[in-house]
Amino acid sequence: MTLKDVKEILEADVLVGNDQMGKPVKTAFAADLMSDVLAFAKPDSLLLTGLTNPQVVRTADILDITAIIMVRGKKPSEETVKLAEELKIPILSTRYILFETSGRLHARGITGCIEKVGGEM
Amino acid sequence: MGEALNFERSFDVEGGSFQNAGTVSGQIKAILKDLGVSTDIVRRVAIICYESEINIVSYAKRGTITLAVTDEAVKIETKDEGPGIPDIELAMKEGYSTASAAVREMGFGAGMGLANMKKYSDHLIITSELGVGTCVKMMVMNFQKILHPDLPPITL
Repeated sequence: MTLKDVKEILEADVLVGNDQMGKPVKTAFAADLMSDVLAFAKPDSLLLTGLTNPQVVRTADILDITAIIMVRGKKPSEETVKLAEELKIPILSTRYILFETSGRLHARGITGCIEKVGGEM
Repeated sequence: MGEALNFERSFDVEGGSFQNAGTVSGQIKAILKDLGVSTDIVRRVAIICYESEINIVSYAKRGTITLAVTDEAVKIETKDEGPGIPDIELAMKEGYSTASAAVREMGFGAGMGLANMKKYSDHLIITSELGVGTCVKMMVMNFQKILHPDLPPITL
């Protein structure tokens, strides 16, 4: 699956990174807590979140996240968009809630970047 | 270990404002990539530095992060001018936090920072003095090089 497919499944608006829609993606992580993202997310995954501040982009950059999906119709601040453009991290915005966003992607073959916690690093 | 030092640099981190939080970690990540450090180690060090930066921003007036790269390890030392940690063992517990509402709004302050720093490093030592500040020394080892000394060094 590519980011373009993700955009269509989620009827999402591409706010940053229109030129990167061909990027492949297989896994995702969803959280509103950046500390949990840092603890559990894996590189080359999607990050599904309801947070919109620039730290979401910083966190995504540190972890080599493929794209940020902002759920519940959240729109990033101007500052967040600027940073994402600078660091070349795509941001998509969908009106689906986090549960629906996750479910729709999972049903189409996107899996969790980890299944459950414990015993892994 | 008397191994050769390939790179060393200190970075200043301003406390109190989230405006620039993460810029030092971004710089460190780019430096390590340029040095040819393996992707896995780069990512672990980047996470450690980012959590350190967030801690300095969240709790201290200012601080420094010092990065040292040798053939066998990446060492990260953070020092801050902050309130100090009264009970280090308690602070290390996942979920324990004294963070402000402002820090929590940014998606941090869930009591995962020090635990994450420990998780992603091979060694971690914390010393802290109340009213003075906190120092955290961490090491990410390049075990491949230690087990197989004939391999090329961590840096190209």
